[in-house]
Amino acid sequence: MDSRLLQDLKKLLGSEAVLHEPEDLMLYEYDGSVEVARPNCVVFPRTKEHIVGLVEIANRHKTPIVGRGAGTGLSGGALARRGGILAIFSKMNRILEVDVENQRAIVQPGVVNADLSAAVAHTGLHFAPDPSSQKACTIGGNVSENSGGPHTLAYGVTTNHVLELEMVLPTGELIRIGSSALDSPGYDLPGLFVGSEGTLGLLTEITVKLTRLPESVKTLLAIFDTLDDTTETVVDITARGITPAACEMLDGYTLRAVEAYVHAGFPIDSAAVLLIDVDGVREGVESQAEEVAEICREHHAREVRVAKDSRERDLLWKGRKNAFGAVGRLSTTYYVQDGVIPRTKLPATLRRITEISERYGFPIGNIFHAGDGNLHPLILFDARDERQLKRVIAAADEIIQFCIEMGGSITGEHGVGMEKDRLMPLLFSEADLDLMRGVRDAFNPTGLLNPEKIFPNKKGCGEIHIRPLPVAGVSVT
Amino acid sequence: MTTASKTATSRLPDVIGAEHVSSNATDLSAYAIDQKLPSVIVRPGSTEEVVEIVKYAATEKLALIASGARTKIGIGSPPARYDIALDMTRLNRIIAYDPGDLTLSVEAGVPLQKVAEALAVHRQFLPLAAPFFDRATVGGTIASGVDTPLRQFYGTARDYVLGMEFVSGEGVRSKSGGNVVKNVTGYDLHKLMIGSLGTLGVITRLNFKTFPMPAASRGFVATFETLDRAFKMRNRVAQSPLTPMTFDLLSPRVADIFSSQRAGQLTSSTMPAGVFSSGQWALAIGYSGKDNVLLRYEAELRRMAAESSAAAVIVLEDRDRAAAFAFKREFIPIALESSPAATIVKISVLSARLKDALSGAIKAAQLPWAAMARSLGVIFFALLPPDLSQASHRQLASTTDQILAAGGLLGANVTIPWCPSEWKSALKIWGPERHDLAQMQKVKKVFDPLCIFSPGRFMGGI
Repeated sequence: MDSRLLQDLKKLLGSEAVLHEPEDLMLYEYDGSVEVARPNCVVFPRTKEHIVGLVEIANRHKTPIVGRGAGTGLSGGALARRGGILAIFSKMNRILEVDVENQRAIVQPGVVNADLSAAVAHTGLHFAPDPSSQKACTIGGNVSENSGGPHTLAYGVTTNHVLELEMVLPTGELIRIGSSALDSPGYDLPGLFVGSEGTLGLLTEITVKLTRLPESVKTLLAIFDTLDDTTETVVDITARGITPAACEMLDGYTLRAVEAYVHAGFPIDSAAVLLIDVDGVREGVESQAEEVAEICREHHAREVRVAKDSRERDLLWKGRKNAFGAVGRLSTTYYVQDGVIPRTKLPATLRRITEISERYGFPIGNIFHAGDGNLHPLILFDARDERQLKRVIAAADEIIQFCIEMGGSITGEHGVGMEKDRLMPLLFSEADLDLMRGVRDAFNPTGLLNPEKIFPNKKGCGEIHIRPLPVAGVSVT
Repeated sequence: MTTASKTATSRLPDVIGAEHVSSNATDLSAYAIDQKLPSVIVRPGSTEEVVEIVKYAATEKLALIASGARTKIGIGSPPARYDIALDMTRLNRIIAYDPGDLTLSVEAGVPLQKVAEALAVHRQFLPLAAPFFDRATVGGTIASGVDTPLRQFYGTARDYVLGMEFVSGEGVRSKSGGNVVKNVTGYDLHKLMIGSLGTLGVITRLNFKTFPMPAASRGFVATFETLDRAFKMRNRVAQSPLTPMTFDLLSPRVADIFSSQRAGQLTSSTMPAGVFSSGQWALAIGYSGKDNVLLRYEAELRRMAAESSAAAVIVLEDRDRAAAFAFKREFIPIALESSPAATIVKISVLSARLKDALSGAIKAAQLPWAAMARSLGVIFFALLPPDLSQASHRQLASTTDQILAAGGLLGANVTIPWCPSEWKSALKIWGPERHDLAQMQKVKKVFDPLCIFSPGRFMGGI
């Protein structure tokens, strides 16, 4: 660790806001994925002036800088792959303005997702993107990753809710893009920056849309005896033109783990369940819930339960949102994929995942956003065993390969980060990637900001960047 | 057009085949943009041909402007250069449509109408109910960035475009996004294409989310003596749990321009009697659902209209509803044909300031005007001068300057998407200079380093 760099950082932020001892840095070499990368130092900026100063220091010392929210990311997006400065936004967590009339909020990037919704709940509004990690993850992280969540099926992902961004470019300029009013003239720069995984700028302020809470919500739990019946139900709901607010699937394996952990009331002897929200005006919700229940029954649902009240509903959703954590109780490590497929291909894809699970001998739990075809197969393995690690990657790659063959994508909401960069050529030509790299280089010309993310190293040869974890690296997401 | 440009473009038939190249004077005049003529029109039939043409243009430093049906070609600054008119209408196939997955992939030149027909077979639709609907292409609609009344519920194109293929300024075929409803793989470059007026690339393919048609839809129109009353109702609806599909406020003169013969032709419809009344403000609200939902909306809207002292209300079904919707959709084309010098000012503002922004524009107007305001916070303020005279020009320039100034105080985005070519250079059609222009210039340089795409047509001379 360069002592002059450290000195500069301490001068800017105060020594209590700079960590550099190995035992401190170890805590920041992980995120929610299985990737590992240790920064040279960890800093806690408190103001946008600090961010400007940090970028200036990073430039002066030619040291990479990486922004990070709560570190719940699932693709290594907020890991310091090339070392350098890891800037944690947890102290920039103020909600700067709530404009109820115009349904807008301006927040600092470190505001926790669920805190914004909680802060405006009394006005009948909420921030619609709801990643499962919403109690911990930050809005800055959501913007960087273009996060989704169960209810993005009806409400859209983060990019659909972001209007204006203020950020510091790697060149040190503080810029604002977009506008709080709709239809900001010119190119849709927020559209480019949202989901750019922290490779274009360090966020300092975010203006988001707030969405009115629906008048009425009904939560259904449909219980099935076979996986095929479950997936066919999803296909049918979609094909009949019903868009529930959320349509989540949990297979039997995951259910049992969740039930043992959360006691949400999931039937542990079933093959799978669908957790479905319908919302809107009261009258519409009644008939849509009935319609959905009917489709479930047509596909041999053993039972369709409707949550009686908000307590029951919250419990079911608590089960869903803590599912990754619950699975962590079964295995030292898991590897989660984020492939997307056309909804019509769900039954075939789940069958293939089962087959891959059997062939490789790894248990695979499936808990995912069935309504938008966004899979999350959780492959359980022991990362301390190097051979298992190689095989788990091979199994995961087979799943991704199948998603792509089905016309899908390699990531629906977790991002590419440092986990999937090597898979990018499966979807994009070198020309496609070069244009994207060109855009990155226009804003991040020296690669100072979050280097070696998203795009495969041109010289690289599909190296696997995964290393065994020293202890069970399970995060609650 | 320069001699050099003529000589260079004369080799285009070798690139794509003579039958798809034309430099016939009559043909060329149909492709004029702000009175500037291209040297040649080229009609590619595939992405590969677009690549070849763009490569050729890049080598020869020829300016290329892509267009579809050219219905919205008037938007933007006058081109600095214009050699090749790239007519995309031969790229008009629906490439893939998966009704079960509700996804669609089309070539850029496919007409909106053709897409609507293909989707209707499966009781689905694309919420791209954009103006010039009966002629416009999908690519042109996206590149021009026009909105639709359906944005109230379905958002704008950026909310339902899933991916695109395009040819960048060095003739490289590229893509971003995909054809699944959720995807964060790579940068969303396609979002930059929306509303970019062809300055970043030639869009060749577009992927969309499609949507199920609602069980049934109704229109509700309430008319009011005053703007205050209309806003009283608008605010009540906006604060209610109702989630209408469309929600627009129409100014008193709209009834007059909607009743013209030309309006009927543009919409292929007849406005049902008694919907809009001359001299009255009108709130036009569309809603959808099953019978019990429709009844709830009607009851609540009637109550709110009565509480807001509406002069009259009418509920529209079936053909009448579709007709009223078509007139709203075609407000801009109808307004453009209502005056020889029609000018449309677009004011986007926070929704709570919509009334202030609209009142400000009305106060500034020194010419006849008509307005359509989307409740979300977007006003299309049509100024309708009687002629192209100097006096009209002066009044228009002074009016738009005042609207710009008033908009600035309200934090609004004010632009002038449409105005007579003759007056364009004298008006601030892109509004005040934006603080993020430098970032846009960086983007332009990556996509089109040689500046061959629609040079000068975009904000800040891009």
